[in-house]
Amino acid sequence: MNGTQLSYAAAVDGVIADEMRADERVFCMGTSPPPALVSEFGPERARTTPIAESAMTGMAIGAAGSGLRPIVLWSCVNFSFVAFDQVVNQAARIRYMFGGQQDFPIVFRARYLNGTRSAAQHSQTAYALYAHAGGLKIAVPSDAGEAVDLMRLAIRDPNPVLFFEPDRLAGDTVAATERAEPRPLGRAAIRREGTDVTIVAIGYMVPLALRAAHRLAATGVSAEVIDPRSLVPLDADTIRGSVQRTGRLLVVDESMPACSMASEIVTAVVEDTASCSALRAAPRRLCTENAPVPFSGVLEDFVLPGEDRIFEMARELSGDVLERAASFV
Amino acid sequence: MMNVAVQDRAAPPWEPAQTEQLELYRQLQLIRVFDETVLELRTAGEVEGVVHPYIGEEAVAVGACSQLRPDDGLTSTHRGHGHCIAKGADPKRMMAELFGRRDGYCGGKGGSMHIADFGIGMLGANGIVAAGLPIACGAALSYRMTGSDRVAVCMFGEGAVGAGPFHESMNIAQLWQLPVVFVCENNGWAVASPPEQILAPESVTALAAGYGMAVEQVDGNDVLDVGSAARRAVARARAGGGATLIEAVTYRMVGHAYRGGDVAEQRDAKLLESWRQRDPLLRLAARLRRDGVDESALDAVAAAARTEVDEAVAFARNSPYPEVGDALKGVFAA
Repeated sequence: MNGTQLSYAAAVDGVIADEMRADERVFCMGTSPPPALVSEFGPERARTTPIAESAMTGMAIGAAGSGLRPIVLWSCVNFSFVAFDQVVNQAARIRYMFGGQQDFPIVFRARYLNGTRSAAQHSQTAYALYAHAGGLKIAVPSDAGEAVDLMRLAIRDPNPVLFFEPDRLAGDTVAATERAEPRPLGRAAIRREGTDVTIVAIGYMVPLALRAAHRLAATGVSAEVIDPRSLVPLDADTIRGSVQRTGRLLVVDESMPACSMASEIVTAVVEDTASCSALRAAPRRLCTENAPVPFSGVLEDFVLPGEDRIFEMARELSGDVLERAASFV
Repeated sequence: MMNVAVQDRAAPPWEPAQTEQLELYRQLQLIRVFDETVLELRTAGEVEGVVHPYIGEEAVAVGACSQLRPDDGLTSTHRGHGHCIAKGADPKRMMAELFGRRDGYCGGKGGSMHIADFGIGMLGANGIVAAGLPIACGAALSYRMTGSDRVAVCMFGEGAVGAGPFHESMNIAQLWQLPVVFVCENNGWAVASPPEQILAPESVTALAAGYGMAVEQVDGNDVLDVGSAARRAVARARAGGGATLIEAVTYRMVGHAYRGGDVAEQRDAKLLESWRQRDPLLRLAARLRRDGVDESALDAVAAAARTEVDEAVAFARNSPYPEVGDALKGVFAA
């Protein structure tokens, strides 16, 4: 370990604090704002709200429309559904509907608790639901470093940005050093280069995919792992370019499959002629099984995508690679 | 024991000069003629989509906005043409929006339910009942946080009072003492339901008073009564005294929504006639006559409103349609 490491929470709260120091228009509110922010900025700029998601979400819209840059702390993604009208009918549409008269820079921050034995309501990613709404940018970090970069970009963006965090990153850490200028929202990261199969993974699925890719390499399959970083806008070009090199696509998304980001990413590839004609196997989705996420660990681990399943599906997709490798033995 | 601060009705009423009263009368006339014309244009099919006329309720918007500065905030509703005019919007650009033209306030992307001029402090016009309340609270919060003495006014109907965001907003506005004035246009109809079918308490003010908020119930068809209450509420908000709810009792003289070929809800003929006698335009005209204003001066105001709306229609008809490519612009800010 080089120098001081920051916990995930301290790192992201630290970015919020940086931005609040740099721009007095930035403030945050939620049912329990981080104590470090309250103690540094006081209760006016790190506001404690009643448990009233509609009100806090609508207030962020009103405040953003009046020149401030609010950060709304929904706590968990599922609580945003209480404010669904304000998110979908208002935040996602207000700029366009009024002819672009006013910008609405807002960050909506929330965790999804998949994989933490938190049961059905708290284990929903919901990013595809909001991607469908249009007018909302969506960032999903895959580690503490990306969380720092994406939060900074989200706060500085002139649009409503949903910042949805896999809670299983809570134990991740990041070096407390100056980071390089982040690539913008809408630019994917190739986290591991490979030649046989493209694995696009979202959020916490990225570290799982990287571990699976490491194991795949030992069996003769070279997997490329792509982290989209933002789901809206989606960097389809990077994904298509990778598939054109590998000819195989696996998308890992810990959401239920119907109308998921996995579906969207597969579609973005197959409807592109150059990418579609480069395919050597039918693209696959690895999603949460079609059931609400159950509490019991044995049940939850069964329905969520896991490292072993990523490994197996990537091998299935790459069957001809393995056969060819075997024929050279 | 709950501390209910009811506005002091003994405070001196607002007594605007005659020229100011004539300006109020001009706005009432302009809104009336505008919406009567829009209703005709909708029936004829020249305006498309849905329109929600404000006919009968004009005194609420004019009275409330009479106490505002251009930089004060306003959230409007699906029945918002009157709110726009009272806040100072240009009827030409409003009509162009109704015609779906490029010169409309939203470039043809909003239409009747979403006409708003952000340049005069408006924060949108909402097709979702009760959605404007939290947005107005947020504007008020921003004014407070930036040390401004601006005030946010939130227009909504009594139909919003049964919805969750109303209660969340009452609680938070009172808790944080926000500079916001809630103006409930109790027009007797929540879509097609009278208040006794949708409200448990006897009045909207009773509900707001339960949150400890300053409240005032006024005659929503008397522009000076509305203006007086708004004057007290706005002064309170500007001075840091927190939120007020004004319940303006009025009556929607026409149907909820028109898509062409619609008819108004079944009305009791006697009730309708009693409200016709209380028409806000007739009442202000009677007061002005009593104070010595010539009939010809009142006629001139009505004629000027007619001319202004006719010019707005001509402007809208001559405004170009948007480029189809505009449909894909403006989803995100660059």
